[in-house]
Amino acid sequence: MHSITFDIAHMLAGSLVLVSFIQLYQQRLSALLNIFALHAFVLAASVAWQAYVQDAPHLYITAVIALIFKALVIPLALRRIVIRLGIHREIENVFGVGLAMLLGIGLVALSMVVMLRVTSGADPLAREDLAFALSVVLLGLLMMVTRRNAVSQVVGFMSLENGLVLAATGAKGMPLVVEISIAFSVLIAFIVIGIFLFRIRERFDTVDMQAMDRFREEQR
Amino acid sequence: MMVTVALFGVLTLVALAPIAVAMSASPNATGFVYGACLIVTLILFLLALHSLLDHPAASTITLPLGLPWLGAHFRIDPLAAFFLVVVNLGAAAASLFALGYGRHEETPQRVLPFFPVYLAAMNLVVLADDAFSFLLSWELMSLSSWALVIADHRRVENRHAGFVYLLMASFGTLTLLLAFGLMAGGDGAYAFDAIRAAHPALGTAALVVVLALIGAGSKAGLVPLHAWLPLAHPAAPSHVSALMSGVMTKVAVYGFIRIAFDLLGAPQWWWSLVVLALGGVTAMMGVLYALMQRDLKRALAYSTIENIGLIFASLGLALAFKAYGMHVAAALALTAALLHVFNHSLFKSLLFFGAGSVLTATGTRDMEKLGGLIHRMPQTAFVFLIGCTAISALPPLNGFVSEWLSFQAILLSPQLPSWGLKLMVPAVGALLALSAALAAACFVRAFGIVFLGRPRSYDAGAALETDTNSLAAMYALAATCLIVGILPGIFIDALAPVTQMLTGARMPVQTDAEWMSIVPIAESRSSYNGLLVFAFMVITGTATAFAIHRFASDKIRRGPAWGCGYPDASPLTQYSASSFAQPIRRVFGSLVFRAREIGTMPPPGSRAPATLTVQLRDLIWDFAYAPVANAVGLIADRLNYLQFLTIRSYLTLVFGALVILLTVLATWP
Repeated sequence: MHSITFDIAHMLAGSLVLVSFIQLYQQRLSALLNIFALHAFVLAASVAWQAYVQDAPHLYITAVIALIFKALVIPLALRRIVIRLGIHREIENVFGVGLAMLLGIGLVALSMVVMLRVTSGADPLAREDLAFALSVVLLGLLMMVTRRNAVSQVVGFMSLENGLVLAATGAKGMPLVVEISIAFSVLIAFIVIGIFLFRIRERFDTVDMQAMDRFREEQR
Repeated sequence: MMVTVALFGVLTLVALAPIAVAMSASPNATGFVYGACLIVTLILFLLALHSLLDHPAASTITLPLGLPWLGAHFRIDPLAAFFLVVVNLGAAAASLFALGYGRHEETPQRVLPFFPVYLAAMNLVVLADDAFSFLLSWELMSLSSWALVIADHRRVENRHAGFVYLLMASFGTLTLLLAFGLMAGGDGAYAFDAIRAAHPALGTAALVVVLALIGAGSKAGLVPLHAWLPLAHPAAPSHVSALMSGVMTKVAVYGFIRIAFDLLGAPQWWWSLVVLALGGVTAMMGVLYALMQRDLKRALAYSTIENIGLIFASLGLALAFKAYGMHVAAALALTAALLHVFNHSLFKSLLFFGAGSVLTATGTRDMEKLGGLIHRMPQTAFVFLIGCTAISALPPLNGFVSEWLSFQAILLSPQLPSWGLKLMVPAVGALLALSAALAAACFVRAFGIVFLGRPRSYDAGAALETDTNSLAAMYALAATCLIVGILPGIFIDALAPVTQMLTGARMPVQTDAEWMSIVPIAESRSSYNGLLVFAFMVITGTATAFAIHRFASDKIRRGPAWGCGYPDASPLTQYSASSFAQPIRRVFGSLVFRAREIGTMPPPGSRAPATLTVQLRDLIWDFAYAPVANAVGLIADRLNYLQFLTIRSYLTLVFGALVILLTVLATWP
């Protein structure tokens, strides 16, 4: 059980969680985007390792998709957007780094407890994988909740989706079609969100969500 | 075999809906759809009659529809066959009536597509043999009838009726869903065969009975779940009102019988206490409400509630007898209930048809604006009078037979071993007797105010007799009422397979009795001969008329009506619907409705009119429904601010909910 394959899979999934934590305390958008690219890269490595372990060649395709779209295309595009919007130096703090990290640790503990209880009797590799995947999903959600800027919410959403892909590849027998369609739907979501960002900026001169809430308050 | 043919009939009815939509522009659509409905329901009626009389063995079929591991089970056994007879006879009569009535409809395209679906759904409820098909058909029945209720959606009260109906129907289906879920158990054995084979624990069975009583009772109109019925039934077009009141409430009764008598197996004695009490209260309240109404169709709808109360009281009695193993007495009570189901479907349809004809001819349902229609619509008046006589339980018509059988069953109650029932049944019997008397008063009022006297409005004076098709439907129902009334033995014997199936016994064979009498228990106890009563009435009536015309004068004289000395005999000085009900309102109304009469008398010399205002309160609505509605409104108001949160707050809500659920999962023992 404690073979080298298990350890490497464990390490890759664990580093995905670690990168999620790093995302949590990034305050500048450009740094956040770099870390997001790293997140996707670790995901691609993890998926590729799963493909090797499970001897499932179609997972390599998933890994390549993750690498190209999430580690390259989307971060680059987001960087362009951020630069064009002129907010790459923006600093945003909803609440302190310490509190966010503490919450994150709590979430990871919660997902470990839940997953290890629920999946008792399953393949140990899949169990660990699912627990890490749930942590990544919850950390992505936490990031969406704690950030104020629309772009960093997009990043939170994307890293949440990375967690889903990790869960999907950890479980054996997930068909390729599902993964490809997830990948494309994320791409489409990204395009839609990108368009919206520009539309929002045109209307309100900012992509700060709090500013928009103020507009709504006035309308009500 | 039987059930296959029946399903084909149902399929044809469903297929009529898209045809009706396609034909909506054509002027022939009404005739085609109702004509096709008439033919199909007649075939289904004959089929059901055939399987009730000649094929007591059940006919079943399983189709690969519905839930994948279950399939759709359908079955015709004697109980289903009997209710198919009721449903399709009512449906055929309504289709025939609608051939004439439907032509006056303002927006037929709102009625035509739903009408055949509604008929099909009622058939399907009775045919269904698993919980899934049953609930699906039940909901289809509710929804299609809801669409018919709001057919005339421009009137505010119809929209309100539709809203209340939809709420109550969903609530009823929910309780039925829970009842079936409890019966099916954790393994999801939803087929009725599997439910019959399983024997639920006592507590579960009791809960199922209560849930079924709420679910079926809210559809049938048991007080206090009746609130939607007097709103929705009159709002629909009259032929649909007839179906809803005469037939759909019976489908609800079927649902209760199927669960309480068939699926649950042996009953407990105390179930009957609940059913009896609800039945008695329903009968009493229904008729009191009916007496207070000015709207003719609404009065008829309330009278439906009264009859449902009577039916449920008989069913409760049958449950009590069955629980104590008194099978013959149970068969008697059940026969009384089933025969009343059949009879009520006949005369309530007839009366709603009559009300529909009056509505078409005068444009109003308000009794205070009608009057004198017997001269302008003599045939409608004649059949309406037969319907009134039948529903008032006067011999020799059919209403008397079934109510008499109910009372015969009540008179057997001293043989019950339980003291609770010994005391309860006579009390319920007294309530039923009182409500039977009040029902007679109610229909004297309905007939007298609408058809007798002088017209109270211009429209009532200008009314014309209704068309041939409508009259044919009404005459057919009236004739059936008379036949059941004078030859009840045949119909009681036809019910024997049903009682045999549900109580394990049957009433004595009636067609062997001498002179066509019916003998519920023994000759020495009681017997009734409708034919003899009818013959006596005809002979004495003819002889008296002959004697008067022969020995007195054979001329018909018409003179001015005695106007109590007033020179200007305005029609408004006649008895009105409200004034007729005043004595009863004073006796019962002050308690039941908190009735207040506020009279103002202008001072001497003033020329202002004196006024009398009557205030009635619907206490059930005020104390049972209004608080619930207020609470829901209050909560909705409080939760309304959730509509205006920021995106981040929504995300936080979702996130928080997810974390809480995960925590619950993690700490679940």
